[in-house]
Amino acid sequence: MAEPLVADHVLEYPGGYTRSVGPVIGRFLTSLRDGRIEGVRLADGRVLVPPTEYDPLTSNPVGDDWVAVGPRGVVQSWTWVERPRPGKHGLDRPFAFALIRPDGADTAMVHVVDAGSADVMSVGMRVMPRWRAARVGSITDIEAWVPLADGEEPQPAPANTAEVEGDTVNGIVVPIRLEYRRSAGVATTRYLLGLKEHKILGERAPSSQEVYAASRGTDPKTGEPTSIVVEVQDRGTITTFCVVNIPGLSPLAPEVPYVSAQILLDGANNTFFGLIRGVPVDDVRMGMRVQAVWADELVADHTSIKWWEPLDEPDASYDSYKGYL
Amino acid sequence: MAAERCAVVGVGQTRHRSARKDVSMAGLVREAAVEALEDAGMTWSDIDALVVGKAPDMFEGIAMPELYLADALGAVGKPMIRVHTAGSVGGSTAIVAAKLVEAGVHERVLTVAFEKQSESNATWGLSVPMPFAPPLVAGAGGYFAPLIRAYISRSGAPRHIGHLVAVKDRRAALRNPKAHLHLPDIDLKMVEESFLLWDPLRYLDTCPSSDGAMAMVLGSERVADASAGPVAWVHGMALRSEPTMFAGRDQINPQAGRDCAQDLYRQAGITDPRRDFDCAEVYVPFSWYEPMWLENLGFCELGEGWKLTEAGATGPDGDIPWNMSGGVLSSNPIGASGMVRFGEAAQQVRRRAGDYQVELKTGKALGHAYGGGSQFFSMWVVGSDKPQ
Repeated sequence: MAEPLVADHVLEYPGGYTRSVGPVIGRFLTSLRDGRIEGVRLADGRVLVPPTEYDPLTSNPVGDDWVAVGPRGVVQSWTWVERPRPGKHGLDRPFAFALIRPDGADTAMVHVVDAGSADVMSVGMRVMPRWRAARVGSITDIEAWVPLADGEEPQPAPANTAEVEGDTVNGIVVPIRLEYRRSAGVATTRYLLGLKEHKILGERAPSSQEVYAASRGTDPKTGEPTSIVVEVQDRGTITTFCVVNIPGLSPLAPEVPYVSAQILLDGANNTFFGLIRGVPVDDVRMGMRVQAVWADELVADHTSIKWWEPLDEPDASYDSYKGYL
Repeated sequence: MAAERCAVVGVGQTRHRSARKDVSMAGLVREAAVEALEDAGMTWSDIDALVVGKAPDMFEGIAMPELYLADALGAVGKPMIRVHTAGSVGGSTAIVAAKLVEAGVHERVLTVAFEKQSESNATWGLSVPMPFAPPLVAGAGGYFAPLIRAYISRSGAPRHIGHLVAVKDRRAALRNPKAHLHLPDIDLKMVEESFLLWDPLRYLDTCPSSDGAMAMVLGSERVADASAGPVAWVHGMALRSEPTMFAGRDQINPQAGRDCAQDLYRQAGITDPRRDFDCAEVYVPFSWYEPMWLENLGFCELGEGWKLTEAGATGPDGDIPWNMSGGVLSSNPIGASGMVRFGEAAQQVRRRAGDYQVELKTGKALGHAYGGGSQFFSMWVVGSDKPQ
């Protein structure tokens, strides 16, 4: 048995997800943009920094009693990152992730301390923010916290060099990138390797005559492994279809209008989606007989079948495919 | 059999819109939750447990909303569960919450479902290219439009039936101040002239993309009996699922939907749904799904659904109004849409549906949701009277 194919997969929304932040987080981010740290005082007197929208204990709205905190802060806990990862971490040299409680706050925030060496770090150490010059209303407007020596005065934030939009920060963009390594599994691997050999391989379970192309490895009715490989034809019948007029739905989509159809292959007992070309879209019919158009260079990938074109055959009867709608 | 009775004692929802840039996700769900609590005459401390639902994580990039929303929903120190069954999630979330009451585990459960689709793009979220998977080149409508074509072919329905539903549900939405789409000039001509997206589906045959949330407070019999306002008693609940693809699958009229309805009707004593319900809130994201689900849910014989639609039976003056709130065609915060159906059904039997209230005769209404490739179904029956 061939080893399952594996491939890298990146899940990333183009441009990053947006987050409308609401009035409370919006005010906090606006103060950061202005080079200040603000918290909110709860009914019981505690000051939350960063603020939450709702009191974590009572779930009541936090109210509007804003308090300037810091800029001095104290490290409550920390861990050292010896090897920062490019693109993952904000600093390109070793640093600490730390819980930092700004003076005047009752809670701590997670941030980074640019201390140079782990030897400098300690619980209880005094720190101050190092502000970016270009501040956009983000927690990273504080580039890092740095050690504050006895008697040292924190540096105020420099004048903002970023172009500022609007009086308050209403939203942020949060790029999220997830990297996976995916295995195709044995059944899909068999199918894809078949495409490379100009074959469409179906599979069935020993207890059933129903052939699935491309099988996911089990008979969906019984869960039994589809261990028996059955070659099916690279021709079949359009059971149903739609005409797509929306451009840009996929990088792989052809120019609109195009037809996306469910095709029942000769010898198979399931349909799958394929593009229909080589015929005006208005001439495509349910029951139309079609043939795969193979790529010039075959690979173990779905792209080995480029699309499907009509066969010079009479349409299949409705009865022959009505059980597949 | 259910050991305890359960009723909807509070309902709240946001005004659904294309984008709620003024609030965070927490702020959005909070609006619906607060309204439901106020409706129930309760505060956060009255709630025993929470059940939240939303649709695929890729829609907003929030993988664990139950963690993020704990403080916003008063869940600190309480049980909190997240449910996920694609587009049907709003319905199945409500069912999980109601089961906690029926099982006698909790007496007051807050359930909330939401989607803030403006934070990304639903079409992207539904068709992310995956290695080894067949490329998805036609979008969500590209999945359903061929099934609609097959329905039209099989039933012999005239081509304008879908447009009738598109107009009916948008006209209904004009009476619902919380609906996303308010199209005062909607008529057949406007639908017929809208862009042909996925032939046979035109732009106005499809649902919008909305930001919104729905919440309900579910109470035990004791809680419901003590409620100052009207309640909606749960008469039955059912969930079914099936694979997207198997040999002989009826994709137009899925077995899971038929089985789900049959189970539901048996519990609720429904023998003729067209007669036994005063109205129904059914998940119709593409106009043609009204006649398709009329058949799947047993409101008529196979192939007859479009005739009910054409005759106006499902309209506001018909004998079995469907989607008096405007339905999914008028508001579609996907994760919430199923719960909106469930909650709107409850509002009808509570006589709380305002300008789109139906006349109550049997006092029973159907709430319905489906998701995935027509493969997850969740349904409930609610009634004005306590079940026997």
